[in-house]
Amino acid sequence: MGDFSPTLTQRQAQERTARRVVFVLSALPLVLIIYITAALFTRFWPLLEQYSLWDLLIGTQWYPMQGKFGFLPFITGTLWVTAVGVFLAVPPCLLTAFYLSEYARPLTRVLLKPVLDVLAALPSVIYGVWGVLAVVPFVGNQLRPVFSQYLGWIPLFSSHQPTGYSILAGGIVLAVMIAPFLIAVTYEVLMTAPQDWRLGSLGLGATRWQTIRYVLFRQSLPGILAGVVLGTSRALGETMAVLMVVGNVPQMPRSIFDAAYPLPALIANNYGEMMSVPLYDAALLGAAVLLLVIVLAFNVASTLVLQRVLARR
Amino acid sequence: MSNPHIQVCNLNAWYGSQPALKNINLAIPRQQITVIMGPSGCGKTTLLKTFNRFFELTEGARLEGQVLVDGENIYDRAIDETEVRKRIGLLAQRPTVLPMSIYENVAYGMYIHRMKKNAREYKDAVRHYLELAGLWDEVGKRLHDPATALSIGQQQRLCLARGLAVEPEIILGDEPTSALDPISSQHIEKKLLELKDRYTTVIVTHTLRQAKRLADYVVFMYMGEVVEAGPASQVFNHPQQERTQQYLAGMF
Ligand SMILES: Nc1ncnc2c1ncn2[C@@H]1O[C@H](COP(=O)(O)OP(=O)(O)OP(=O)(O)O)[C@@H](O)[C@H]1O
Ligand SMILES: [Mg+2]
Repeated sequence: MGDFSPTLTQRQAQERTARRVVFVLSALPLVLIIYITAALFTRFWPLLEQYSLWDLLIGTQWYPMQGKFGFLPFITGTLWVTAVGVFLAVPPCLLTAFYLSEYARPLTRVLLKPVLDVLAALPSVIYGVWGVLAVVPFVGNQLRPVFSQYLGWIPLFSSHQPTGYSILAGGIVLAVMIAPFLIAVTYEVLMTAPQDWRLGSLGLGATRWQTIRYVLFRQSLPGILAGVVLGTSRALGETMAVLMVVGNVPQMPRSIFDAAYPLPALIANNYGEMMSVPLYDAALLGAAVLLLVIVLAFNVASTLVLQRVLARR
Repeated sequence: MSNPHIQVCNLNAWYGSQPALKNINLAIPRQQITVIMGPSGCGKTTLLKTFNRFFELTEGARLEGQVLVDGENIYDRAIDETEVRKRIGLLAQRPTVLPMSIYENVAYGMYIHRMKKNAREYKDAVRHYLELAGLWDEVGKRLHDPATALSIGQQQRLCLARGLAVEPEIILGDEPTSALDPISSQHIEKKLLELKDRYTTVIVTHTLRQAKRLADYVVFMYMGEVVEAGPASQVFNHPQQERTQQYLAGMF
């Protein structure tokens, strides 16, 4: 017995230290978020002393030299580009994931997986270059004329500018960037579905597609939605690739063929320049605060929605 | 045998390069209970899976030969495997309920095949098949509870109801009672006996006593081959092959 007690206290001390270290480490992210928000907000404050938050949010004019700081074009730009990107990415990504998990032969899976991993690992500036060289001309020369000719009467598809630097180009680049992630998450979710579900359904004479549609999709929906939420968060903040193709014009976009200026692009393009303009620095950090708030709000809202979806079953 | 329901001709099956079934020739009588017996790993499950085209779902599975159902080769290229699986239902070793309500589990197959015209008909049919599987009295009041809330024995009867609901001709059972408690096993056995003159039934079992209770016709397998097949009374009382005699005597 005597031999045991020192080791025991030693182990208890070890346990206590470990618990403290782990606690501090896991509290760190929260501390960081609070710290970043507070730091940004302090720098944003001078602007708020001059203008009401509401006026800044609904203001559509951005002329820093004249002291006009309207954030709405940037907020709208961010939301539009993200929405277009997610909208374009989700359907094909879900189908790809379903193909990989339900139809593909093992060889196909083995070959495709590293390709997706590489796509996910490409630096975003590469996507940006590809966007400039391929997507922007395609949107400007191919899609834009066709859409404005046949669907131009729909405001969303009308064109007001001659180039392809547009929300649509940004959306396409974003869609391609988040695709590997969406596919991987959906695939993983499907792989956790018990084999019994498939056998139970196929055994009654259901086709693969019916099994996907009525059993697997329904059951995997919360997991898939969680993946889409993460993908969307990433899309909201994606800076470099979008900045290179989206045109960066501080205007209220009316169509997906219009140029836009998302918040991350605004910050990245301008921070550190023209800092002598009064309140310019505060305005750019305000843009950062807004971006942070949008991402946080989106995450909180979607977590709540997901919990309700889960609670319903 | 005159007019067998299933006829297996020169069937060989492999998992990768490993043979699992070797030159099987077999006739399964119509509207009787056929029991497949044999030591573990002899290929009983594999044989059963070739009957409803589940075998091909295994990676690397390969098959040669024919399985004729009513004289039609179910491996013919023109045959739709979903149609085969609708006509030939499988009761697995463990119940494979779908992640839906009790009601939906039974309605699912009928819905997939558009077998009923309106909600009323689905409702009546669900009730009918739950009664047929002897489950209605227990679940009639909670049809919209998730099926996973049922006991394993109830789940297995739900799987039976669900399988019957798509109006199969043949019911396959791969040790359908081995995961169940004695009472639930009795339930299933009783139902299989009640239903036997409406369906052709093929059951795999490890328990000799269950085999004797159920079987009209017996198939004895060993190492991927059919050693002996014949009417139950003959195989149980006067087995022709030494292997069968040894197995029945409990020697392996
Ligand atoms: N998915 C698989 N992949 C590779 N080999 C398999 C697979 N399933 C079965 N086998 C092999 O095929 C042979 C027959 O297996 P099977 O499951 O048909 O036997 P069984 O008679 O049903 O056995 P048990 O009574 O234990 O269920 C065995 O040697 C087994 O190892
Ligand atoms: Mg088996």
